[in-house]
Amino acid sequence: MDQTINFMLNGQPKTVTTDPARRLLEVLREDLDLTGTKYGCGESECGACTVLVDGAAVRSCVRSLGSVAGKKITTIEGLSLDGKLHPVQEAFLAEQAYQCGYCIPGMILGLVSLLERKPVPSDDEILSRMDGHLCRCCGYPNIVKAIRHAAAQARR
Amino acid sequence: MERDPLSNGLSLIEDEQIIEPVPFDFGLKRRTFVQIVTTGLMIAAAPISALAQQRGGGQRGGGAETRPVSARIHIGRDGNVTVLTGKVEMGQGARAEFTQAAAEELRLRVEQIQVVLSDTDLVPNDGLTAGSRSTPSTVPLIRQAAAAAREALLTLAAQRWSVEPSAIELREGKLTHTATKRTLTFGELAQSEELPKASEQPAPTDAKLTATRDWKIMGNSVLRPNARDLVTGAHRYASDIKRPGMLRGKILRPPSYGAKLVSVDLAPAKEMKDVIVVRDGDFIGVCAPTTHLAQLALEAIAKTAKWESVPHPASKDVYDYLRERVSGGVPKNEFADELAAAKHKLRATYHTAYIQHAPMETRVAVAEWQDGKLTVWTGTQNPFGYRSELARAFRLSEDKVRVIVPDTGGGFGGKHTGEAAIETARLAQAAGKPVSLKWTREEEFTWASFRPAAVMDAEASLDENGKLSSWYFININAGGSAVDAPYRTGKKNNRSVNSQPPLRHGSYRALASTANNFARECFMDELANAAGADPLEFRLAHLDSGRLRDVLEAAAKRFNWTERVKQKTRNRGFGLACGTEKGSYVAACAEVEIDRERKRIIPRRVCQAYECGAIINPDNLRAQVEGCILMGLGPALREAMQFENGRMQNASFGDYEVPRFTDLPELDIHLLNRTDLDSVGGSETPIIAVAPAIGNAVFQATGVRLREMPLRLPEKMPS
Repeated sequence: MDQTINFMLNGQPKTVTTDPARRLLEVLREDLDLTGTKYGCGESECGACTVLVDGAAVRSCVRSLGSVAGKKITTIEGLSLDGKLHPVQEAFLAEQAYQCGYCIPGMILGLVSLLERKPVPSDDEILSRMDGHLCRCCGYPNIVKAIRHAAAQARR
Repeated sequence: MERDPLSNGLSLIEDEQIIEPVPFDFGLKRRTFVQIVTTGLMIAAAPISALAQQRGGGQRGGGAETRPVSARIHIGRDGNVTVLTGKVEMGQGARAEFTQAAAEELRLRVEQIQVVLSDTDLVPNDGLTAGSRSTPSTVPLIRQAAAAAREALLTLAAQRWSVEPSAIELREGKLTHTATKRTLTFGELAQSEELPKASEQPAPTDAKLTATRDWKIMGNSVLRPNARDLVTGAHRYASDIKRPGMLRGKILRPPSYGAKLVSVDLAPAKEMKDVIVVRDGDFIGVCAPTTHLAQLALEAIAKTAKWESVPHPASKDVYDYLRERVSGGVPKNEFADELAAAKHKLRATYHTAYIQHAPMETRVAVAEWQDGKLTVWTGTQNPFGYRSELARAFRLSEDKVRVIVPDTGGGFGGKHTGEAAIETARLAQAAGKPVSLKWTREEEFTWASFRPAAVMDAEASLDENGKLSSWYFININAGGSAVDAPYRTGKKNNRSVNSQPPLRHGSYRALASTANNFARECFMDELANAAGADPLEFRLAHLDSGRLRDVLEAAAKRFNWTERVKQKTRNRGFGLACGTEKGSYVAACAEVEIDRERKRIIPRRVCQAYECGAIINPDNLRAQVEGCILMGLGPALREAMQFENGRMQNASFGDYEVPRFTDLPELDIHLLNRTDLDSVGGSETPIIAVAPAIGNAVFQATGVRLREMPLRLPEKMPS
């Protein structure tokens, strides 16, 4: 059953030998100790498990490990470089866009992917694209500020 | 079935918190065989006499401090200052607030303070983190201890230099004799013999606290100290804890509430490599090196399980069900004379549905047994309560149980009981290895606790002047928080009565005050309408001067209520509501749009005024107020647990629709800073006004009075 799967993880080549049916979320958290990616619902409804696969935001709770063979994966741990935060992370910090913080890594990666594809999104595009990310503390106002902050920086 | 048999009816209310633990009595009355399949080892626990049933939960948070300073404030020989408290951080901002409290009194920068929360081996028991108690109870305790430490440091330095303490300036960890410029640091004093001795004394309660007008750190928007770890993913929640050799657990759940296991075949799971199957009566769980394998093993078992179900009421019948089961019957309205003499009288019944907290981080625990001692990492609002529950369940003394609570992924009053921790510890004990167990979202939506549904009867009479002459208000099932009307109501009878709930209850942000305030504030609007009065004027006419009146007037003014209600725009409406709970005061004005085609109520603007005494951290308070309003939109408009035949019908975020980005109305928040008053907690009460304000706005827009939360437009709308 086990297979050897190769992929790029946060810029480094990675090899995992395991059941390829396992969810990407689980392998990241349990085998690779990258726990910044969170379980929130297990059915792609909340966005807490969002990672980038070849630059696109993907719900890792419903993606099998086998489906990412040969691809480039970025998790929240791989977003900052040499201790320097990504501008989207800086924006979340600056706007205090967190309460319990559990949804935040997924939010940040969802936004990174949006801004990479569309550096100048409209407010409506931001809201509809981010609508699949849930925050149960309902800290949406500060998160929206952070999104606008990050989008304004991306425009520069 | 009258009641979920998982609950023993031992619903505890402490400090008005609902603590309804799942009873565990394994190993108490019968022989217990825990089978560890892979090793073939059998553990037989001898039966012991049943333990006396003890109350669960923690102690009331607060009260006079009897502990020494060193229990709360530690000054290291390196000069680092550590604050210790048994409260937890779950997003409400307690960590920053505690940091501010200590920094203020010790004249330190916030960066010089480290706060250790909720490790039961290290911190004092500060009870539950609930009921908005951290601000009014724990902050003063920390300030007292910090002020006492400050005085002890000053006294020591004064003795060394043979000067008066008042001649010494204290700043950022350095004491300076201003006349001679001699200096000492906290670290240097901590190395002396006297300071440790002084810090073993009970914290004197008379050490002078910094007056609000002199605050330099409190009263400012200090950031959460570990914020950076939240945006980098570095913070380890309980679900992120990994221990050497740790396995992943899963528990076999009944298919419906109260279902009894008739038969099951464990063999298919036992045959799976690396899988450990644990059975103890109806408790069946599996452990495996990966969650995937544990899930496969669980499914193999579940396929073979035969269950006998029991009747359970459906959510569509729940209001009748609760009313029929009120212990002693629903009290009658005894104000017959006032009703008979009334110019207007009104009677209405309101309902609020069962809802769930649904924190982003579901119930989780990591349990590890070592040398007879149990350590559990978990997400909870009740660390010492969990410790007691675990100690009772495993017949240990409390010093053999350590509960560690990393900053938690949301609570909202829903994490008071330790069932997930106990399940995990059972698996870990049987497996002989550390185990991590994380409930799925479906488990959380089914087996966690629920905010009680409520049936509320209201009846009132108005005299010839349009003033209330009698008031009768009964809450069935949800509780008594804010059941008393804050208005001058004439004769009154405000009561909450118990029923026999079909679901396990848990606290929630602001508890029953949301239900009581919804019914009362909608009813006040109905009465205003009957009296032919403006809803604002009608309320003010029944309110004495004071804090509630202040927030109501502030919200109305900022919303421009008097002018706005004159606007008549089709499918637009305005409503307001106010209330008080836990010592703070809130008023909201809402503007809604009615989408008749799609039967939707769309809040466009919420203007809210809120007052909770002297504000400690304005940015954090604003975030809490905004979060409360938006969280409150869920149960106001959509959220309701649907159950039938003992099964939840909407146990997922796809079906149970919580608020989202696109629900965000324009928010206009006004925080009234009463620096002349003590600070109270602000993470709950701001939730109680939004639902009735919206309901009242719907009436203003359409003439349709909605009396149930969630508010839903009727099939047939008047044109």
